[in-house]
Amino acid sequence: MRLFTHNMLSSNIKGVANGFPLRIEAEQVLEKQVDFNPDFLRNLFPKLEWKALVDGARALGYAELPEAADSSMLESEEFLRKVHHALLELHLEEGALTCPETGRKFPVNKGIPNMLLHEDEETSLQLPGSLGSHMLVRITGKQ
Amino acid sequence: MKLKQLESMLGQLQQFSNPKVELEQYPTGPHIASRMLYTAENSFGDVNNKIVVDFGCGCGTLGAAASLMGAEQVIGIDIDSESLEIASLNAEDLELDINFIQCDIRNLVWRGPIVDTAVMNPPFGTRTKGADMDFLSVALKIASRAVYSLHKTSTREHVKRAALRDFGASSAEVLCELRFDVPRLYKFHKKREMDIAVDLWRFAPKTNQGN
Repeated sequence: MRLFTHNMLSSNIKGVANGFPLRIEAEQVLEKQVDFNPDFLRNLFPKLEWKALVDGARALGYAELPEAADSSMLESEEFLRKVHHALLELHLEEGALTCPETGRKFPVNKGIPNMLLHEDEETSLQLPGSLGSHMLVRITGKQ
Repeated sequence: MKLKQLESMLGQLQQFSNPKVELEQYPTGPHIASRMLYTAENSFGDVNNKIVVDFGCGCGTLGAAASLMGAEQVIGIDIDSESLEIASLNAEDLELDINFIQCDIRNLVWRGPIVDTAVMNPPFGTRTKGADMDFLSVALKIASRAVYSLHKTSTREHVKRAALRDFGASSAEVLCELRFDVPRLYKFHKKREMDIAVDLWRFAPKTNQGN
């Protein structure tokens, strides 16, 4: 799992209001080189939760990102290369993601986070309309 | 990449070895998958350099197609670990770099407008009623540019109404009608091969935050 994915994933347990960001517990971290694409990073930057990325990178053993960042830094290739490395080249291969509110752990094996819920953790609400049963989906953060 | 080349590369992918009927695991054939992603890129510019998510990715055919069409990042999500294992191997075989998450699409909680495009061949909802509509509802909340999906032609009016009225899509357009060959995977299939008419849809979410 890349920190890119971690920047979107949220705890999905019923009743959890602030399920983002998931805390990372790393057992095994891999680095895989990826082509550097500064335009992609510049475009993505305003949509990132910076603090989640900084903390996530630290949990994976990479402490080179500044605590705060703003768009003026996107001019610097050195900065972009650090973001590139943290976001796309580090992989949580084995470990867990912990819900910040409940402490429930979601295991990560072979790089794949397992976000499956137990039955009593699922949110299921009937939505109005003629379509029958629909699960409620909560999207956190600004849309 | 040419359409024929894309289709032939997808034809090499391994499909379900042990399909699960309750999940409606029908493989997305290379013919349909190649046309979906080829059209998404060449008619709408929704794939190249974009972040693409494959909902209910199964063996990862649509995600692989997105990656081959130049998506910058692809995320495949499926509930079934066996499928994800095959999808990972498929990605490796084609030397594609794809992210995977194990999750029930209906329970997915996601932050922010990061994903550009969602592609999916949802369960048609014949075993679990409304499953395809659940997928569509989530996809329209997560994708900021477009959602590409397959639905049975017989449900066309229902899909359109649900997308526009209930899920807040700003547009819902059938791009073409395709024949979906369902090989006889399960015992309850009486005929050797079934042929279902399906629509390839493109939906635009409410607030188009595309780039």
